[in-house]
Amino acid sequence: MIMETFTLKINGTTKSIEVDPTTPMLWVLRDHFNMVGTKFGCGIAQCGACTVHLGDNAVRSCQLPISAVGDQDITTIEGLSENGDHPVQKAWLEIDVPQCGYCQAGQIMTASALLKKNPNPSDEEIEGAMNGNICRCGTYTRIKKAVKMAANSELS
Amino acid sequence: MSVVKTKIGRRSFIKNTSLAGGGLVLGFSFLNSCKPDQASNMVADELPKEWFEINAYLKIGENGKVTIMSPNPEGGQNVKTSMPMIVADELDVDWEHVIVEQASLDTDSFNFQFLGGSQAIRRGWEGLRMAGASARHMLMAAAAEKWQVPASEITTETGILKHGSSDRSMGYGEIASAAAKIPVPEEVELKEINDFKIIGTSKKNVDGLNIVTGKPLFSIDTYEEGMLTAMIVHPPAFGLKFKSVDDAAIKSMPGIRDVFPIKVLEDDYERQHFDTCTFLEVVVIVGDTTWQIMNAKKAIKIEWEPFETYTEERQPYSGPKQILTIPAGLENSEEHKAMMAAMTSKKAKEVRKDGNPERAFRNATKIVERIYTAPFLAHNCMEPMNFFANVTADKAELKGPLQKPELTEHAISERLGMPIENIDIQMTRLGGGYGRRSYAHWLIEAAIISQKVKAPIKLVYSREDDMTGGIYRAAYQVKYRAALDADHNITAFHVNAGGIPESPLYADRFPAGAVANYLAESWEINSNITIGSFRAPRSNFMASAEQSFLDEVAEATGKDPIDFRLELLEQAKNNPVGERNDYDAERYAGVLKLVKEKSNWDENFEGLSRGVSAYFCHNSYAAQVLDMKWENDKPVIKKVTCAIDCGIVINPDAAINLCEGGIVDGIGNALYGEQTFKEGVPQKSNFDSYRMIRMTEAPKEIDIHFVKSDIDPTGLGEPSFPPTFAAVANAMYKATGERYYHQPFLNNPSNNS
Repeated sequence: MIMETFTLKINGTTKSIEVDPTTPMLWVLRDHFNMVGTKFGCGIAQCGACTVHLGDNAVRSCQLPISAVGDQDITTIEGLSENGDHPVQKAWLEIDVPQCGYCQAGQIMTASALLKKNPNPSDEEIEGAMNGNICRCGTYTRIKKAVKMAANSELS
Repeated sequence: MSVVKTKIGRRSFIKNTSLAGGGLVLGFSFLNSCKPDQASNMVADELPKEWFEINAYLKIGENGKVTIMSPNPEGGQNVKTSMPMIVADELDVDWEHVIVEQASLDTDSFNFQFLGGSQAIRRGWEGLRMAGASARHMLMAAAAEKWQVPASEITTETGILKHGSSDRSMGYGEIASAAAKIPVPEEVELKEINDFKIIGTSKKNVDGLNIVTGKPLFSIDTYEEGMLTAMIVHPPAFGLKFKSVDDAAIKSMPGIRDVFPIKVLEDDYERQHFDTCTFLEVVVIVGDTTWQIMNAKKAIKIEWEPFETYTEERQPYSGPKQILTIPAGLENSEEHKAMMAAMTSKKAKEVRKDGNPERAFRNATKIVERIYTAPFLAHNCMEPMNFFANVTADKAELKGPLQKPELTEHAISERLGMPIENIDIQMTRLGGGYGRRSYAHWLIEAAIISQKVKAPIKLVYSREDDMTGGIYRAAYQVKYRAALDADHNITAFHVNAGGIPESPLYADRFPAGAVANYLAESWEINSNITIGSFRAPRSNFMASAEQSFLDEVAEATGKDPIDFRLELLEQAKNNPVGERNDYDAERYAGVLKLVKEKSNWDENFEGLSRGVSAYFCHNSYAAQVLDMKWENDKPVIKKVTCAIDCGIVINPDAAINLCEGGIVDGIGNALYGEQTFKEGVPQKSNFDSYRMIRMTEAPKEIDIHFVKSDIDPTGLGEPSFPPTFAAVANAMYKATGERYYHQPFLNNPSNNS
């Protein structure tokens, strides 16, 4: 196994690490940088718990090898806002979305990437974007409400 | 004014003498790395300099801030907010001044630290009220002493003690130090229901900010100094056991520290109810990082071999000791179905008989007979099974998500040969439980691994390890028969229920009590596939089948399905048959009437297919009307209206959230949920094959209504879940003209036969 050194831009900070280049970004964040807001759910990009932003895109970090990141910016839930005051986070608190809460960081990262590209999505567009994120507790109706609330607050 | 003796959990209220001297408590003993609480979000000048412990549930700072311990595990049902709300209301403080902390397992101080059976609020209610009320009493007594006035002249108002005639007042914080030295009252006055200020108002989740900012709330987020990671490899099929391991290929892989098999439970260990363990021996890989171990798991060579039939003794939660037979063999879902189908013509165990059902069926004008089935289900908690353990020669520090810590403590004490007082179990927020985390064999595995490698370790299951590891919801079948006379009255009712490996029967549930001639029978088929509690155990299937069947019987009588149920409940209320009926017919009818009104059931909605269902379980009543449209060969659920009677509601918006979740969960499992087996191998191992409900399939709208009630709170985590299955099936019938007897309802060839 050949180890390689990677320099990453995570939440605006440059970090270097020597690691097996096949290591998924999820485990680099969690096991190496102790950034645990990004969650392990399935390991095969089917549940969305590990969603981060690569540039402006929501990606599943469990299927993103560190070698594929290059010089693109990575944003995790820890870097979405300074004090939990991103419009999506505020809407999540206002609607009181979470039950167990485990999937919610991934939901918020998918939602915030959607709104960046499409500030005023229709119900169908919200459902389409969020369909890759499983919430086992079943908070989907609240997630949808919160995305709409965040969309409106960004427009105002 | 109700006065109650402080006997429940009385030890909680007897202060530790070492603390009583100065009254000062220097915080609780927590593993802080994984437990950001509300205090961490507070600026320094909001936190008190000193805390004064009044009882195990609460401490008051000199500045009036109050810390309230939430005794039970939090798994998304929001008890970490609602339980402290009850304490705060009786204490009479401003909720904004309350800091909530998760208590650790402390059976001396707290009562029933469980997550399960929808019992946290119901069983915690009295103790939580007494904790707040007795603390308020002690504050009043301390103020009376200071002001030299009778305590009966002191009143409180949101954290302020007042003496009206002398116009004096002071904050709780100013007298907390003295209050901590006041003897605990023998009995206390509780508030009248009308005087509640916090109970019955919506309060936000106390962990909300930590959740949306990704703080390390979960045990899987634990990273401690010197900690290693461990994963297990379990047999690939039920019916197999460990034979040997060849670790040569992986020992030299980077980051791999150790490879060894472990025996989870000793052969002579007498199991308790929640000690289910599917694979008694598993292979452990310990390493530096998760990814390194995941790679090693792919390369490891392990031989497995079939096991012989064996028996297992177990002390169930209640009742006499059981001896279970675990049969040898590699089982198949198709064989399961055939074995269950064959049971309908065999003699089953009679559990309840009223009147003369045989004669009533002989004399019937019409008999409706239907068979319903449901498959094994995996819980699929989003946070994979995991546990942190640091076991040294004389101490075991354990931390993680589990539902029944008190019972697990017993098992781990036996397994490690370590007295319970040397074992510390910290409860972290559960990334979902639904029953799965009642069976904490992974805690034992983690402890054994830590003991063996002499280091703190975190055991993490992969999604596949969990989904293929057993402890499923059982597979069930029920046959219903209803006898009708010429006037369309039900003259007899027969339920024959069984499953693999447990029966789902509740013999004393509706419509028992409403029909003069009634027969309930039960059977079981042994299996080596393990099962465990799954949100509303057994009820989740019985509700589905019974409420689908009653819909069909209502149709056979030409009656409206809600009116039909109400007529039966009227009979059960006025002329109950038998004495063991476990439901209150009036409350049952109450939720049906409320859902009828709130869903505008009597109006005609063009193009909408509506299904109704109602059920009683976990001491609460729920009724639902589900509105569906059939679009592009698929059900689209437009709206679910739900009426619930769970007594007093503590935190209405959180209660609504929980019910919404139960309904979405019910729709998902009704339409898609299924684990199947071929030659003992679970056919679904991750979310690419195990179909979970997603946002597009969730209802577009959910409308929850609670019956206004002064009755002490009953269960809420489970009751909204069971009725949903039949509401789905009954709406699908309206949409397609087909009845759906076999779960999952979609893409299931059994429904076409």
